[in-house]
Amino acid sequence: MSVADVERTLRQCAPRVLAQLIRQFGDFDRCEDAVQEALLDAHLQWPTRGIPASPGGWLTRVAQRRWIESVRQDAARRAREHKVAVLAPDPPGEAVGADDTLSLLMLCCHPALTRASQVALTLRAVGGLTTPEIARAFLVPEPTIGQRISRAKRTIAVIGVNLAESGDEWPDRCASVLTVLYLIFNEGYTASSGSTLHRVDLSEEAIRLARQLHDRAPSGEVTGLLALMLLTDARRPARTAEDGGLVPLGEQDRTLWDHHRIVEGLALVRSTLTDQTLGPFQVQAAIAALHDEAPTPEETDWPQILVLYRLLEHLAPGPMVTLGRVVAHAETHGPASGIVELDRASTDTSLAQHHRTHAVRGHLLERLGHKEQARIEYESAARMTLSGPEQRYLLARAQRLRPRPASSDSDRFSATERHRRGVGPHDERSTG
Amino acid sequence: MKYVILISHNAQARETWASFTEAERAAGYRAHTDLLDSIAEAGELVIAEALADPSQGRRLQPRDGQLAAVDGPFPEVKEHLAGFYLVDTDSIEDALAYAAKIPEAAYGLVEVRPVLGGGSEDM
Repeated sequence: MSVADVERTLRQCAPRVLAQLIRQFGDFDRCEDAVQEALLDAHLQWPTRGIPASPGGWLTRVAQRRWIESVRQDAARRAREHKVAVLAPDPPGEAVGADDTLSLLMLCCHPALTRASQVALTLRAVGGLTTPEIARAFLVPEPTIGQRISRAKRTIAVIGVNLAESGDEWPDRCASVLTVLYLIFNEGYTASSGSTLHRVDLSEEAIRLARQLHDRAPSGEVTGLLALMLLTDARRPARTAEDGGLVPLGEQDRTLWDHHRIVEGLALVRSTLTDQTLGPFQVQAAIAALHDEAPTPEETDWPQILVLYRLLEHLAPGPMVTLGRVVAHAETHGPASGIVELDRASTDTSLAQHHRTHAVRGHLLERLGHKEQARIEYESAARMTLSGPEQRYLLARAQRLRPRPASSDSDRFSATERHRRGVGPHDERSTG
Repeated sequence: MKYVILISHNAQARETWASFTEAERAAGYRAHTDLLDSIAEAGELVIAEALADPSQGRRLQPRDGQLAAVDGPFPEVKEHLAGFYLVDTDSIEDALAYAAKIPEAAYGLVEVRPVLGGGSEDM
């Protein structure tokens, strides 16, 4: 019996046990404490005694007992012992509905909660992560995450969400759940290569939750989200350079891509594209699929990607989608036509002020041979981005386009050489 | 997104602070502790610190290929950092709303800067 087996079993069972308790007793906060204590008991007992035949049933019984103890203690404190019998209904059997994970996800993504609280609560209650694990993953102090979770639980208590009645709202709430899972995925996917030691892999966690959701409530957009995550995550090993800078899609070493994930993602995309109604995640997954299917950047099916971006612009418009469409247009019809398209799109101010607009313009100008203008665009984009890896990439791109020093200056160190030789600026010779 | 709220002080601010009555100064401190509490309560606080007077700092000065620690701030600097809040909010607007509650904001001494993050979607 390995600790990892126990760990895996516990994380599979925990959300269902929690949902079961909430359904039974209502109050989220106390139920969660009770489940945490039951998990602790399991941690202590299972590695030596073995995993029980029905781990979910075992956890539910222990958690129910803990819940009742907790109510009794409170009641005793208030000298109202006689009410306990009323407050604590008879523990039911072991039947744990498969839909409970779904109900719990809906509860955690309730629209009354802030996005940050939805994310923290989902990771804690459905993902089974601890508060310290979540705090490390988001690089914030533990009390900050603790506060987000307890605020969320208070809000749920105040609005009096009833888990049992929430089933009908699933189609509406599904969008919110998908957004939260996608946020969690992106937080992990875009985390820089450094400082990942001892951090939970949020992308893996989001994929795991999306799989659970897909098993229970497969629909076009759920399948689309899972496929998008798999097809995007497949490229993760190739997207960061040794210096921590971003490696754009066209320059990635495609042999590093995770082909198992690609195969799985492609199958999901194919299964969902025949749906009557297409949603944004399905279309994004289809775009990711076309990138992942191309053995080389030159073999990318850009005309098809262009069609999909037009569709996406219609379904879920936004500056990043428009830029994606412009890039696909440029790849299909050439950089000069791409610039015309970019100018046309830039009449929208949110797009004109987006750093990626400068980056795309830089790429197109560079391809047309306008090095100086391209460098200026890359440098503008580098100043405007809020992402460290992207800034490194853009500055490197701009640096490549700087005019080479004239040969008469060849006895002087260039800035890069000076850097490489580890010579500090105080040794710089007077340039007279 | 993480944002840092930077609070600067200058000679004028120091003068104003010195001219305050005890009650006014107490109100100033309270504004900061109340703000700190409300950010923590919202689950959006990463860290906040007030800095000691710049005269208590040291700065590193390269000299003959060596680094030497010398006293005090850069003499030519008119404004100096007096404290900061690091917050984790959904948007810069939320961070600005906190910043607006800092008493020094009324003197034009408060600035909000986004923290460079790891986040970046594929290009």
